[in-house]
Formats: sequence, structure tokens, C-alpha cells
Amino acid sequence: MNNRKDLDAKLSAIEGRLGSAQGKRYWRSLEELAESEAFQELLRGEFPQQADVWPDSLSRRKFLTLMGASLALAGLGGCGVQPAPSRELVPYVDSPEEVVPGRPLFFATTMTHAGAGVGLLVESHMGRPTKVEGNPDHPGSRGATDLYHQASVLTLYDPDRAQTVTCAGQTRTWGEFLAAIRAALRKQRDRRGAGLRLLTETVVSPTLVRQIEDLLQDLPEAQWHVWEPLHRDAAWGAAQTAFGEPVQAVYDFTKADVVLSWDADFLQCGPGNLPYAADFMARRRVRTTVPDAAGAAMNRLYVAETAVTCTGAKADHRLPLWGSQIEVFARGVARRLGIAAAGEAPALWQEKWIAAVAKDLDAHRGRSLILAGDRQPAVVHLLAHALNDRLGNVGHTVNYIAPIDARPGQRTQSLRDLDREMEQGRVEMLVILGGNPVYTAPADVDFVGHLQKVPLRVHHSLVADETSYRCHWHLPEAHYLEAWSDARAYDGTASIVQPLIEPLYQARSAHEVLALLAGLQETPGRQIVREYWRKRAAARREEADFEPFWHTALHNGVIPDTAFKPKPVKLTEGWEKHLSPGAPAPLAARHAPPDDEMEIEFLADPTIYDGSFANNGWLQELPKPLTKLAWGNAALMSPTTAKLLGVELGRYAHGGEHGGYFMPVVELLLDGRSLPAPAWIMPGHADRTISVYLGHGRERAGRVGGSPQQSVGFNAYRLRTADHPWLAVGLKVRRTDGTELVACTQEHQLMENRDPVRAATLAEYHDRPRFASEPEREKQREEGHAGGEAVTLYKPFDYAPPKHKWGMLIDLTACLGCQACVVACQAENNIPVVGKEQVAAGREMHWLRIDRYIAGTEDDPREFHFQPVPCMHCENAPCEYVCPVAATVHSAEGLNDQIYQRCVGTRFCSNNCPYKVRRFNFFAYADFTTPSRRLQYNPDVTVRSRGVMEKCTYCVQRIRHAEIDAEKEGRPIADGEVLTACQAVCPTQAIVFGDINDPQSKVKQGTDSPLHYALLADLNTQPRTTYLAALRNPNPEIEVP
Amino acid sequence: MATSGPAAASEPVGGAEHSSAGADYVPAGHDFRSVTETVSDLVLTRPTGPAWLGMFGFSHVLLLVFLVVVAYLLFRGVGIWGIDIPVAWCFAITSFVWWIGIGHAGTLISAFLLLMHQKWRTSINRIAEAMTIFAVMCAGLFPLLHLGRPWFFYWLLPYPNTMSLWPQFRSALVWDVFAVSTYFTVSLLFWYMGMIPDLATLRDRATNRLTQMVYGMLALGWRNSARHWHRFEMAYLLLGGLATPLVISVHSVVSSDFAISLMPAWHETVFPPYFVAGAIFSGFAMVILLCIPVRHFYHLKEFITIDHLDVMAKLLLTTSFLTSYGYLSEQFLSWYAGETVEHYTYWNRLTGFGQYATITWILFTCNSIVPQILWIRRLRRKEVVLFVVSLLVLTGMWLERYMIITTSLHRDYLPSAWGMFAPTIWDILTYLGSLGVFLAAFLLFARFLPILSMSETRALLPGAHGPEVGR
Repeated sequence: MNNRKDLDAKLSAIEGRLGSAQGKRYWRSLEELAESEAFQELLRGEFPQQADVWPDSLSRRKFLTLMGASLALAGLGGCGVQPAPSRELVPYVDSPEEVVPGRPLFFATTMTHAGAGVGLLVESHMGRPTKVEGNPDHPGSRGATDLYHQASVLTLYDPDRAQTVTCAGQTRTWGEFLAAIRAALRKQRDRRGAGLRLLTETVVSPTLVRQIEDLLQDLPEAQWHVWEPLHRDAAWGAAQTAFGEPVQAVYDFTKADVVLSWDADFLQCGPGNLPYAADFMARRRVRTTVPDAAGAAMNRLYVAETAVTCTGAKADHRLPLWGSQIEVFARGVARRLGIAAAGEAPALWQEKWIAAVAKDLDAHRGRSLILAGDRQPAVVHLLAHALNDRLGNVGHTVNYIAPIDARPGQRTQSLRDLDREMEQGRVEMLVILGGNPVYTAPADVDFVGHLQKVPLRVHHSLVADETSYRCHWHLPEAHYLEAWSDARAYDGTASIVQPLIEPLYQARSAHEVLALLAGLQETPGRQIVREYWRKRAAARREEADFEPFWHTALHNGVIPDTAFKPKPVKLTEGWEKHLSPGAPAPLAARHAPPDDEMEIEFLADPTIYDGSFANNGWLQELPKPLTKLAWGNAALMSPTTAKLLGVELGRYAHGGEHGGYFMPVVELLLDGRSLPAPAWIMPGHADRTISVYLGHGRERAGRVGGSPQQSVGFNAYRLRTADHPWLAVGLKVRRTDGTELVACTQEHQLMENRDPVRAATLAEYHDRPRFASEPEREKQREEGHAGGEAVTLYKPFDYAPPKHKWGMLIDLTACLGCQACVVACQAENNIPVVGKEQVAAGREMHWLRIDRYIAGTEDDPREFHFQPVPCMHCENAPCEYVCPVAATVHSAEGLNDQIYQRCVGTRFCSNNCPYKVRRFNFFAYADFTTPSRRLQYNPDVTVRSRGVMEKCTYCVQRIRHAEIDAEKEGRPIADGEVLTACQAVCPTQAIVFGDINDPQSKVKQGTDSPLHYALLADLNTQPRTTYLAALRNPNPEIEVP
Repeated sequence: MATSGPAAASEPVGGAEHSSAGADYVPAGHDFRSVTETVSDLVLTRPTGPAWLGMFGFSHVLLLVFLVVVAYLLFRGVGIWGIDIPVAWCFAITSFVWWIGIGHAGTLISAFLLLMHQKWRTSINRIAEAMTIFAVMCAGLFPLLHLGRPWFFYWLLPYPNTMSLWPQFRSALVWDVFAVSTYFTVSLLFWYMGMIPDLATLRDRATNRLTQMVYGMLALGWRNSARHWHRFEMAYLLLGGLATPLVISVHSVVSSDFAISLMPAWHETVFPPYFVAGAIFSGFAMVILLCIPVRHFYHLKEFITIDHLDVMAKLLLTTSFLTSYGYLSEQFLSWYAGETVEHYTYWNRLTGFGQYATITWILFTCNSIVPQILWIRRLRRKEVVLFVVSLLVLTGMWLERYMIITTSLHRDYLPSAWGMFAPTIWDILTYLGSLGVFLAAFLLFARFLPILSMSETRALLPGAHGPEVGR
């Protein structure tokens, strides 16, 4: 087309003629148009060759048919009410590097969560991030991710995100914001910042720290306060006491033979949980052959805790104690190991435990490890430091580094200081960067009230939340996937945060906001971050290499040699004094609290964290690992406590054990504050104490997380005080007559004599390594056929190489139950969120679920087990032969394929599946309408409509990608080239997927292990997903193996 | 034994305990003409009474409810019912199996008893066969409605298509398609064919032109000639022969919906005979339930006599025993086999009172205990007793299908997948709506079509010659 403008003009004229015709009329007018002189002239001009065919009426129709499409493309859209406005379609002339439509790109970035950065590789489809994977080169990730990292991509596309600057609810621009604060900032500048206060959460970004410090240098009277609800005040305080400086512990679990945890959920949460889990399980995984079985070794874990956590579930020995008793236990162990100042534990209390644990630790000097959880008081941390020192663990299993946190210290005190200053009216301008202090502030600090006294309040966050409503200005925050920043990992390693997409809305990062405050200048985040690193390079005289350094850092996702070196530390003189010798708190010394009183423990929610993820549908719907509650929290208590209070499992919600219950509501009364909460019975919980998860009951989280009319769960922050943020005594609990729906995806915890999880102790493994497959072998002996023979009338399919024979192996010893795999599967496969009512009706859509069982009774559970259950891809699939329309068939590589387009929804396949891994779209669950939500969908996976069955596909889209690549390159697929979504994110590599035909593949080697067994093998389904039995390593002095 | 001659015949009183029909089940006090008149007048001349209008109005309400439910179901999806994972089938399949089961008695009476030369079938076979047609129609609705994507139902049919795909023949649901469609087709043909002489009678006795034309078309030109009769008898026997195996096969195939599955308590070889027995059981209950008001409101007490009801009650009792034997053998074998999961399922049926044990015991009572009352001759010949027993049996049989589905699905192999099912209002309305469909259709049949087989009944009377009745 040589005369583009010309054509445009002509087309506009034509559009005018077509007017607003629709349908038949439209095409008729097109026909009339085609006959007109003007149009024919146009066409002759534009398509000289084709114009020759014009005179004939038959060919005119043909022409219309052929050109109809191009006309539409050129802007004469036929289907709309108005013809579509003419726009210039410009294809890529210089397409972005490496972008191939249909092939994703991976970019390295970092997400900061819970006070540490974790390096990620984010999958980007056509310029949109769709899936998060771990960065194998980053020490905080090692290829794995947490459930929060997986769910973070959904938060990017959260439709409730703040899109513009607002002032008192009115939309404004950044320019208007700047204009508005100009005067205030100038005033502050004159006063050297005396009225300016900055409130942030923990900052681990070196650039941000530098910016804040520069600002404080500029305005020396200004103050920087740090507050977050899940703080580590006790840990910092103890470090200060023990070593005279705030240092941070970094653990090396590969060297630890014995680990003692005092309420530390180190496998599931906290900085470094991913590498810790990997290392811990590396010492636990038993991969011997039968001859070597007698020499197999495992580490040993003791956990003392209140509510059951993932770490406690994996423990070889778990002692349920209420919060204040853990201190007593710690003192008892410490005394045994030679710290006299620890004081005596009450006589005969947990004597066996204390003796055995102390003996075991003593026997493994230098190869043991004691950890204290963030919820425990400073004393317990102090004891942990002292014991680690005394046992010679320092320098081996534990090292101390400078804090990655730029401002370690007492968060509660910081907030109190700010609160006091606000009350006294000394704060003139408050800038809150991130966090939600109005929601999370302690109940006895009148943060909201005193906040009203501040004349200018600015809040910078992703969503306009509770705090934003109390502030004047709300600034939209850029999500980490659309912003430049940097972060430090748990060990200090620095990495750059690079965006994968331009900010979706008018959001800016914290760096850009601070730059605005500092200089009233709009500086792009990239420039700020580069500036910091350039200065650092200059300080090291490496400025010349900065560009290669920068590109390498962006490419790898890690900045090398930035890990903090271990610091030599020494216990300070007189640290024992801080153990406050004498009787511990009178309550703990008794074996039971007073009859009408209990303790209460506040826990981070295992899927919502502190409430910041409340609007994330994936995380709200994800069942909590131990209780399997979804969409809300409950007052957790032991079966004994429940009997005491008269609490029982209520009426079934529609789904029953796989759905929910109407639980009785109890009223929690603490310090004159009362909170109604539905009760929930948690076997294994300590008696006479209640645990509650924080993060629920939000009022302004968004359409998912809560609005003033309807909130999810109850707000436990309302009982949480500044002095007793984790543990409080004097709780009174009263059962009311009300009930509340509690959604729970698996209430039934007993294995009912079916042993889906086969478990044994290490000693049993030494004697009978093949215990796991014993029931099948016995049956085969009874029936008189050799092992391994398939019992089938049909000829077995030939999977001989070079064909692939895909299979999956799940190691039950290694599975933590963290459920990162479940969220990964949801992200990868476009699995919908169904909401609380539907979950309570038994219809949640997770393709992969983690079953949780207990061994023993509900009153006295001895062991906790997790069992991931994806589709088994049975060779002899019960679902395949019952589908009337052949919508589920077996592929030539062993996969059980579900063909969504063919499924008519009879649901016989789900009924016939003994594993119940199939999920049905009872309604149109998938969100086809929210525009931002559609951006996250994985384009390689169909989004299913109503009435269609779906299930785990072994990530067939990833398999196909790998096969296509391998075929193009003429090479076989290497082991580890295909990683299913669940496999990729598991920190302990509990899930292994690969080609069973490949003798070198991990999955083949795993299936040769004596621990190998198949779930429900006696049904002759011949599943391809198989398991390695769980092993424990109990101490014979506590439990006879 | 009735005295011979129409004039001397005494009209038996309703609910009389004496049989005036005798062993031949001959309608007392009737001759050829009165048989014809009695039945055809019901259609042609008797005014539509308030009773019929009232019942039809009521059934119409239910029918409208059904239409609303179906519209909502198609609009929103199958999630309006209470089904979930693990119990992905419930009310719809229960109702489907229940309705199909009910239909079996009709075919048994028409076809099976035809081949067995049982004379007492003649007055009830038309009603029973009509009941079968309508029951199968109602039944056929449910597999369509319970689909997640019902607009693709035709993929279960083997039609030539661009995808080159057959249905998956190993699936019992495809067998269902063949079984139910065959059953419906054969039953419809059999019923219609058997009605042709009677439709011709109505044509000949029609009171106005329209009626004459309509029945005339339906009668397909029947001229009552010997040749017509000869062909008719032959075809009737042949169709009867075709329909007879369906009594056994259709419900066996429907039971294989469960039997081919590996779910505990579904994977039972006893299911085909057990279901067939149950089907005949519930079918007879429905026939009795229909016959009792029909014989009252249409004054057909000499045709559908107490002896007829008596025989049907005996069959009810027999099939009750067969069904009870099924229950007992299942329970015993689950214990004897010792397979953990299967035994648990059967045990939980009886003792799991938080789940479905109450339902189980109710249905045992309705199906096994209540019919025992029919041992007593006096009670067996009382209409009220029969009506109540039939209602309870129908309830019990519906609950039995419900129990079979829920108890196996809600607690199967993996305890982590255990769940529950609870019906929503839409489940209940769908079922009630199907009752409306059935009732409306039946009432229309009673109003517009010959409710008794006139030709076959006439053949019972003394003086009828030609091939014996029932051949």
C-alpha cells in the first residue's frame, strides 16, 4: 500500500457510508458499496491486479468474500455497533529480542517476603509474567519457592489494586500529589525534618536503606520507624543480650545430626526456610539399596510447640506444650547441659524428654543445633545461643552474620515511640511506605486515634487498605514484578529486582516515592537502583566494569560474593543474669493453668501470612497445612480442651468431611477485650491453650479478602497487645450458642486401617527395608504369581525405548506439607478459585492436594504424615473405561489425558477414581471476564468451562515443549529437562518426575529403592505416580521403636 | 364361580373379598358389548370430571416446576444440585434408576406374562405398559439433565461425524444409551401395536368427526379382518418375545453403571439380578398404586378385580424376598470376603448414623418388613393396605438407590477424600417435577386412550373363539 493516508481517507469515507449498519444490513450495504463507482476506483487503485475481475457480478461476490476479512482488519469491523475506529496496525518491525510468540522467556528477579529476599525466575509470555519459579543460583531459593512467591503473580493482576493516586477517595495524579506536599516538605526542610516521620516495614533493600539514610542525613530531626506485626523483637533483644550486638543466625543443616526446635517453624517460614528445608531433608532422605539398608542414617528432630506446624509434623519427637511451658522446657534442657543459671524445671515434669534430649545433644557436640522460634521470649533465644555455644555448634551448624535487616531492633518500641509522638502532636507529616499499621497495630496502642492528629498522612501500598482509609493521600505501589529494586537474601546475598512488565497502573515503587520526598523530583526506579550499585562499584574501584556487572547481575539474578561473612561472636560477660534466675513465671511452673483460664498463642497464618495476602484468592482457598481450613481462621484447640469447653464438630456443611462444618462460636476474652471465633479441634495441639491465626477479619482488603460488609475470618489482632504479641495468659473462653461455617477440605485425619501412608522407623528399615511393599508381595505370594506381573486380560502396551514412559515419585519423608506445589499447580494450569461456599460444598478445584493423616488416635496423635496426591496416571485407569465419550484416554507415553473439549460431564470418571483426584466444574468457575485476571492465564493450558472434568496432567504442556525442542534439536530429552510445576517449586525435592525408561533418571533410581510402593496397589490400577515410604528416626529412650 | 349369563351376574361391591371372576379372571357380568362400551365410553362419552381436572392441574403444577428447574439447571449448571466430589452423582441417577426400574413391571406384565399365557394380565397390561413408557421417558430425562454439558448429549450416540469418533463402548453409560433407547422403542411399539384394535374400536364408535379422524389415523386402517388378526397376533407375539428379555437385560445394564465400577459395594456381581428383582418389585408397587385409583374412578372393578390385585401383591411379596435376599447376601459376603474397604462400606451403611444409616434402616423396613404384611390374605385383598404398602415400597426403593450411590461414594478408599452429600432444594424439585411429568402423561393417557385392552379382555369371555387368550 503506497498511499497509506490516501487509503485511510477513502476508508473513512466508506465507513461513513456504512454508517451504523449491523448484520445483514451491514453486508448488504457493503455490497452496495462494492457496486459504487468510488469504491471500485479505490480498489482499482489499491489492488490493480484484482480489480480486473470486477465487472463480473459473480466475481464481485467472490471478491467480497475474500476481502471481507481484510476490510475488517483494515478497520471496517463488521460486528460492532459502530464500525471500529480506524487504527494503525503496526507489526513488529524490530521485534523485541528473543520474543517468539508461544515460547516463554524467563527473567531473574527477587521477591522480598518475611524480611528476606528470594531469587526467582519468572516466566513471561508475550511480555506478561505468568508463573514464578525459583532461581537455582540464588542461595535463598536453590530452585524452589514458597507458596507466597507462587501466589505473588496473582497479586500483580489483582483487580483491587490501587490504580491511581487518591486523596480522600478522589482520584488525583502524581503531579497533584507533588504539588500538595511541596509546601509541607519545604516546611520540614526548614525545620530539619522535625515533624517528619517515616514508617516502613523491615527493609532489606540496600538501595532503599541508602535512600532513607540519605533522607535522614538531609533532615536530621526526622525519624524512621519500623513496624511489622510478625516481628522478631525477642530474637533481636536476645542477640543483643547474648553477644552485645544484633547478629543474625544462619544455619547449616547439612552438618546437623540432631536438631532441637523450641517453637521454631524453620521448615515452613522465616528467612532461609527454603534452603533450610532442602538441607534438612538432604540429611533425612534415605536412598539405600536393600543390601545397604542396615547402614542408612538420618538426622533427628525434636520439636516443642503448641499448635501443630509443618516442622512439628516432620519431627521425630514432638512435645505439645503451651507457650509458656516451652520456656520451662528450654530451661530444663539447658540445666541438664550445664547451664546452672537456667533454673530447675519442676520435678519430674517431662523428665524423660529432657533427659533424652539433653543426652542426644551432648552426644552430638558440634553436630547439633538448637533453634528458638520468633514467638518465644528473649530468654529462650538466649538459652539457644548459649547452648549452641556450649555444644560447640557455632562455626559448624550455626553461624552469626551481620543482620540483613537494615534496622534490626525492637519493632514494638519503634511503633510505641511513633504513637507517643503522634499523641503529643509532634508529628506533622507521616509517610507510611508499605504495611498496614492500622490493621496490624497492637490492640492496646491507640494507633488509629493518634493517627488522626497528624495533619498530613501519606500511605503507599498495593491496595487501598485499612490504613489508606485513615490517611489523606494514598499512593499506588508498584508490585515487585513491575518495579526496579534490590534485596538481600537470608545470608546477605544481594540481588536485583527487575520488572517483567511496565507498571499496569500509575504505580510507583518505594524508591521512586522516596526520591519524590527527598528531592521533589520524579526519578525512575531503574536509575535509582543503578545509581546505588554504581556508587558501590566506584567505592571498590570497579566502575569500569559496572555495565557487564549490571547485565550479569540481571541475567543471573544473583550478585556474587555479597553473602555476609560469618562474624566471630562471643557470649557477653554476665549474660546469665538475663536468665532472671529464680522461679519462672508462676503459671508455667504449674502443670495446668487455673481452671477457668487458658493461654492464647498468636500465629502467622500459614497461607495468609500477616494479612497482607488476604485478597489473594489462591492463598485464601489454599487449605492450611495441618488443619486444612480454607477461607477463614478458627480458634484452634486440642480435643481435650474442646471437651472441656463443650465444643464438638458441628453440623455438616454440604460437603461434609470434604467441605466444612458449622462450628460452635466461642468467645475469647482477654484483658477486657472480647473476640468471637469459631472453634476448631486440632489433634496434637497442646491442652488448655488456644491458637489463633493472624491476618483475617480484614475490612478493606478487596473483593476477596474482606469488605466492611463481609470479612473472611475474625481479626485476631484485636486481642494482640504490644507487651504480649505472641503469647498471653489469662484467656477466658466461653462457648456461645452461635455457629459459624468453617470450610475444611479434609477433616478426617485417621487412616482407618488402610495405610495410604506407609511409615516406619529407621530401626525397622534396617531390619526390613522392604516393609513398604510387603502387603503387595504377600498378596502376590497368596495368589501365586511372581512380583511385578501385571494382572490384566489386555495385552500390556509397549512403552519400550526410545518412547518415553513418564512417571512420578513422591518421597513422603521429604514432604513438608507446605503446599507450595499446590499453588504452583494452580498458577501453571489456570485452576479457578471457587470461594468459601463452594469449598464448603466439597468443590474446590485443586488438582494436587496434600493429604494429612495422623497415626495414633485423635486424642493422642503419635505421628503426622503428609501425602501429596496428584493424578496417578494409572496404566489400568478406572476413569478411562467408564467415560462414555472417550474424553479421558491414555497417551502413548503413559499419561492419562483429559480432553476438555470432548467431556460432556457425566462424572463417572470421578466416581470411579479411587484416589478422587478429579475435579469438576460444577459451575462456570473460571474467571473469563476480569480483564486483569486473564493476563495471568498460562496460554499453553486451556481454561475450562462449566461442565467439564479436569485433573493433573503431569504438566503435559511442559512435556510437549521439551519434546518439541528435543525433536528440533535432534537429541533425547535429558533427565530434569521436564520439571512439572509441583516438582519445580518443592524445596525438598519431594516430587520427582521423569522418564522411567531412562535408567539414569532420578525417578527410575527412586523407584528401585526398597521404600517404593504404590497407593492402593491392590486395586490393580498400576499407578505411575508412586511413593517412597516415610521414615522417622525416633530416640529409643523416648520411644521404643 | 360366577353364574353364567349376563343378566344374572351380580356386580361385585368395591373391596369385596369374594372373587367373582374365578380362576379365569373373566370380568363378571359382562359380555362383548358391555366390555367395549365400558372402556370406550370412558374415552368418548364420559365427561371430564372434576377429579381428572383436579389431578391434571396438580400434575401440571409439578410439570411447570420441572420446566423451571430445567431452565435454571441449563442456565447455571449442574452445581445447583448438592453433588460434589466425592459424591458426584446422587438424586439424578437415583431417580433415573428408580424410574427405569418401575418400567420393568409393565414389560413383565405385557410381554413376559403374555408368553406365560397368564390371563390376568389382560385388564392391567395397557396401564402397566403405559406406565412403562412414561417411566422410561421420565428416566431418560435424568441422564440428559445430569450432564455437565447436556447440549453435547448426542456424542453418546453412534452417529457418523466429522471427528471420526465412536462413543467409548466399554463404558456402561453407552450401554445404557442402547438399553434405554431400545427399551423405549420396543415398549412403545408393543404398546401401540397392542392398542390398534382398540383404537379402531374407538374410531368406529366415535361421536364426532374430529375424534373419528384422529383415532382413525392412529388405528392405521384396522378392519378387523381375519388376515389383520392373524398378522396382529403374530406380530404381537414377536414383539412380546422381543420385549421379554428386556425385562432382564435393561436393568442389568443399568445396574452395570455401578457394577463395572471399582467402588466398594458397587463392584458386585450380584447387582444385575438384584437390581432386576428390585425393579420388578418397585414396578409392581407402582402398577398397584395406579390400578387402585383407576379402578375406582373409572368404575372398572370387574375388570381389575381384587384377584388381580391379589396376584400382584403376591408378586410384590416374592420380589420383596428377592430383594431382601440381595441385601442379606451382600452383607454376608462383605463380611466373609474380609476386604477392608468393602466391609467398612457395608458396615457403615448399617451403623454410621451420622451419615446414611438412618436411610438404610428406613429402606430395609419399607422393602423387607412392610411387605410381609401381604402374607395375610385378608389384608392382601384390602385396597387401602395395598396402596400404603405400595407407597412405602416405592419410597423404600428410591431410598435404596440413593443409599447405594451415596454410601459407596461418600466414603471410599482414601479417608482424605471422604465427604458427604446433602440435597439442595433443586434436587428435590427436579425429582418432584419428574413425578409431574409422569402423572401428567398418565392422566392424558387415561383420558384419551383406551385404558384397558378391550380386544384381549373380550377374548377372555366365554364364547370367544379363535386362538386362546394370551397366545
